Parts: sequence; C-alpha cells; structure tokens
Amino acid sequence: MIHFAEKSTVDFVIVGGGGAGAIVAKELSENGFQVVVLEQGPYLHERDFEHDELKFKDIWEPPGIGQEALTNDHTLQPNTFRKSESEKAVIAPFVQYGKCIGGGTVHFTGNYWRFHEVDFQERSRWGEVGGAALADWPITYAELEPYYTKAEWDLGVSGLAGASPFDPPRSKPYPLPPLQVKSSGVLLERGARKLGWHPFPAPMAILSQPYKQRSACKYCGFCDQFGCEWGAKSSTLAAIIPAAEKTGRCEIRTSSYARKVSTDARGRVDGVIYLDARKREHFQRAKAVVVCCNGAETPRLLLMSKSRLFPQGLANSSGLVGKFFMVDLGSVCLGTFEHPLNEHKGVRVTRVVHDFYDSDPKRGFFGGGGIDARFEFYPISFALNGLPPGAPRWGAGFKKALTENFTRTVTILTHNTCLPVMSNSISLDPEVKDAWGLPALRVTYKFHPDDARTLKFLSERSMELLDAAGAVQKWALPIDDVTAAGHLLGTCRMGTCPQHSVVDKYNRSHDVPNLFIVDGSSFVTSGRNQPTCTIQALAYRAADHMIRAAKSGNI
Amino acid sequence: MAAQIIPSNETSGARDARVIYFIDRALTSFDRDKQKLYVQGLQDLATSVRKQFPCRQWFSDLPSEQQIQILATMEHSEFFELVRLHTIMGFLANPNYGGNRDEVGWKAIGFENRMFFDPPFGYYDEEYRKKQDR
Repeated sequence: MIHFAEKSTVDFVIVGGGGAGAIVAKELSENGFQVVVLEQGPYLHERDFEHDELKFKDIWEPPGIGQEALTNDHTLQPNTFRKSESEKAVIAPFVQYGKCIGGGTVHFTGNYWRFHEVDFQERSRWGEVGGAALADWPITYAELEPYYTKAEWDLGVSGLAGASPFDPPRSKPYPLPPLQVKSSGVLLERGARKLGWHPFPAPMAILSQPYKQRSACKYCGFCDQFGCEWGAKSSTLAAIIPAAEKTGRCEIRTSSYARKVSTDARGRVDGVIYLDARKREHFQRAKAVVVCCNGAETPRLLLMSKSRLFPQGLANSSGLVGKFFMVDLGSVCLGTFEHPLNEHKGVRVTRVVHDFYDSDPKRGFFGGGGIDARFEFYPISFALNGLPPGAPRWGAGFKKALTENFTRTVTILTHNTCLPVMSNSISLDPEVKDAWGLPALRVTYKFHPDDARTLKFLSERSMELLDAAGAVQKWALPIDDVTAAGHLLGTCRMGTCPQHSVVDKYNRSHDVPNLFIVDGSSFVTSGRNQPTCTIQALAYRAADHMIRAAKSGNI
Repeated sequence: MAAQIIPSNETSGARDARVIYFIDRALTSFDRDKQKLYVQGLQDLATSVRKQFPCRQWFSDLPSEQQIQILATMEHSEFFELVRLHTIMGFLANPNYGGNRDEVGWKAIGFENRMFFDPPFGYYDEEYRKKQDR
C-alpha cells in the first residue's frame, strides 16, 4: 500500500473518503495522479459489520441506543442547534452523517434515484417562491446524464429502465435487474394501481446479481443503518475504494481530522492541516485540494480555514458558504396487515411511486416527493417506536402488540422537497468546541411553510395508499419541526455568478482555482430527498473536469 | 419488574430471555453510568412496597396483581423508563449481550436472524409470485 511522505507534494488531497470523495479519488488515481484521502473515521471492512442492533443502529432513534459505529459521534463532536438566527443555539444532536471510509453509502438504504429534468430548472419552471431562494442549477439533466450512467455502471445499481413514466431519458439501462420484491412492495403496487398511480421497481444501489467480482444480495435484511456483510451494497467502500487503492497512487489515511485548508501568499491552496488519532498536527502538501466532507462539515471546514487573504473563510467571498442548508424531509405513516409481511427479510425498498414527484401549482404550494414502502425497524427499535398509537407500553398488552405486529407492520415513507432558505445555515458556534478544541458546528434550521405543506400532502397520500392496499390499521406520525437530519445539502451552492454561488458548474471554487468542493453542499435545490445518485454523478463529472484541467495545466 | 414489563405467558417473556443477565452486563459496560439510578430506584421501589403493603418486604414478595399496581404508580419515572428500555433490549438484542437466551425474544416476535433468505419473504409476495407464475 502506497504511503506518501508529508513533505512530498501530492497532486490532490481529498478531504473525506465518503460517497463523493472515494469516487474522485478513484478517477484521479486511475488517471495517473497521486492522491491522499484524509478521512476522519475508520476504514472498516465487511468482517467488521454484524447483525447487532445495539452496536450499529444509529443514535437518533430515541432514546439513544446504538454506539455510532458508522456515523458521527455527538459526544466527541457536538453540534448546536437553533431554529432562527435570533436564538442562542444549544447543544443538540442534529446532524447525522457517515463517518468511515465509504461515508453514508456504507449505512444507506441504497435508494438510487436520478434527479428528473425539472429538478435542475425549478426556478424557471415554477417562478419565485416567497421566503425561499429557489434557483436553477447551472447545469441541465442532459449534461449530467452520462455521469449518472457512469455511476450506475461503475457502482452496480439494480432497476428497470422505462418502468416509470416519470423517469427522465437515459442513455443506457440499469446494469442489473430489479431486486426480489417484498410484501411491502407488493402492497404498495396493489394500493397504488387501485388509485391510478404508477408504481415501479425501486432503483437500488444493491447488487441483484454478482457484478464485478462482488457477490449478489443475500436478502439478510440488515441494510439501512448497517454495513453490508456481503459487499453487495454498492457503497464506495465495496465498489470504489478497492479500485482506487489498486492503482498504487491513492493513499487512504484514516483517523485524520482536517482542521484547515491551507493557502499560500498567492491565494491558492497548498495543502491540508489535520489532526491524527493522538491529536498531533500534520500538514499534507498538495497541488490541489478537493473537499468532500458533506453539506455540514464542508462549510465548517471552509469557515475554519480563515486566513489573511480569506478573512470570511475560504471560498467565501460571496458570504454564502454555509447558507441554504437543506435536509432530508419526509413523512412517515404506518400500517398493519392481516397476514405476515416479514419485512425484516430482504432489502429495504422494492417499489416506489413518483406520481407526486413534480410540483403542481394546483396544490397551492411548491414541492413534491416520492413514496416508498418499507420497514424502518429492527427488533429493538420496533418495540420502542413501531407500535400503533395507544398500544400499552408494558405488560401483557404491550407484549401482545409486539408479538402480533412485528411481522405485519409496514412503513410508508415519503421523500420530499426541502426548499433552500437563506437563513437556514451551517456556521461555527462562537462558544462550544469539540473534543479537539475546534469550533462546533452550529445548525440554524426551520422548514419553509411550503415544505410543511408538502409533508402534510404526502402524508395524506400515504394514508390513502395504506387504505387502498387493505391495511387493517393505519396511523400517521405527526409532522413536527425538524430536530435531527441526514442528507445534508446546499451549503456551497453551485452557480455561474461568483456573487451568488460558491462553486462553478464543475465544482471548482470561484475564489480559489485549485480548490474543488464535491459533495451534497453544491446542490442548488434538494431534488426529492434522495441525493446520493446525484452527488455521485456530480463527483464523476467534477473528477472528469479536474483530470482534463490538470492535464492541460489549468489547475 | 422486567418480568412484568414483558411477562411470560403462551410465549417466552423477559424471565425466559434472562433479561436480568443483560441488565447486569449493561450496568457494568455501556450503561455503567446508570448504576446510581438503579440503586436509588430499587430503594424507592422497596419503600413504596412497604408503605402500600406493610406486611411485605420486597417487590418480589408481592403477588402479580399487586406488582402491577405498584408499577402503574411509577410508570412515568426515569427509573421505570430505564428498566423498560433495558428489558426491551435484553429481550431483543443479539444474545451476545447476555439476554435473549436461545433467541426466545426474537422467536416471540417472529424475527429470524439469518445471513440469507430466499423469497418468498411474506404472505403477499408469495401470493404475487404464484399469480405471476400462472
């Protein structure tokens, strides 16, 4: 395994070895460049993953079970939260992201939706939305399409091209056929058809057949929140990192926590200062830096990278680093059925509905979303959070509800628009520090009124769907203010104008020519809360551009 | 208490799953900091037993109905919530943690811990596959 001396100047340092960073690392190293990936988390492997709910289930299932094995640990890296800029933020575990090689793609469900064409042009299609900063992307779906295809074929995605009438055009089918349908998928399909909707097999980043020397899914049921023990989930850990390492030009450096992107007297970046597991400081020199830390940690790192030339933080002449923070919004409804579904077996999602994906002025608000059917629980989290309202909390009645419902319950989950709002942001907390003494991430977030309307609208559609599918009992979880979130987006907006955006259409910083920002932070709008596919398509595209620019001396 | 939270009846309960062993392990490992809450909670429990049923010493001396009566008065306390959480965990966590003996908790709810499954998984997809085969 290659190891670069810190004193040597490598071609690229990539901060963050997750869903985006790993792809950039592979593309660059395969094209002859020397790459160091700095990852704050560990490098885990299939053998490290287990069917162990106490060990791997994430922290935010109240009341806080799990040990943050794959995600950020709020005891070490607290963040603070407030709903508006006038409040003082208090410590609260708001942001959640993958913290290991592979990032969030290690523990994700595998939903792999492309954006639709309209997602890139919602501002010109629907006009202004009061209180939101809706804008078009500087790229179109057509420009990104080849990279969507590249992502699907490189990573291994299962699906059925043309099955959804709402799908955007594609140049190639999915590399693999859909995964085996589950009872939740059958019931969603049955209910949706009855309502005149158009259900289709879920596109999933999980292998339905062996692919590129990786084994196919064995339907063990531990996908969402767990690492795949078969390597069948198409995380960048399973599908991308091995190829990057094989080049002999890519070094993965774990437990390496970046605290500053360093700049020289000319205003170009010259490397990254980071802390190792023992909190010792290091400096890795590089000709260019790619920041891939996610929509919350990326703006934090840039804001921590203040210098004489960049007093507002790096790449922040627009003042927009950290602004327009968007998160995963979705409504949750549950139902029980007469016969066992056994939803703990198989992949999470097998059928999806996109009939309400697009915004529709007739609804009276902006926004839309997709609907899927799944089982969100494992045994412990089901006992804590999955029972119908009013079920006894202990005793014989509790046990009866638990034993009768575990195999018969299904969740209808929606994936919605989250509007970009200027005052929703990531900033540095003025007081709270993390375990390394660095300023804590401060979240300011409150959803736009139209987002609340979208949530309500889709929750109502989910209840209709449960009825049409023949649910015995159904209930909707209340639509509360957001107090915890993943899918962190929007904080280094992409655009053509340096006054109104942070990166250009190729994810290059407007202010610093050898600094690239490649992750969910460059999203201009949220799509429908399934960002991974688009993050990764952008990563392939940005890497392609970096390679061309570097080879022609333009970095 | 655990045996009242998840009682043993036609199917196994907390007692059969040896939830107590799970709790002992939890309180000396990942929930070490909860020991004090247990000590205080158990003292308070004994006090209320003696107050309400002067001829009894301990919670475990009470017949089931009286145990339920006592627990109902404290079901919103921090101590009860913690015992409830630990009972659920001890019933349904991986048996490596000391509870869920012979996977009796998993069996009771219908969860199978396996490394692979073949379809059909449930009733509705089995029915769906049969229709498609026809």
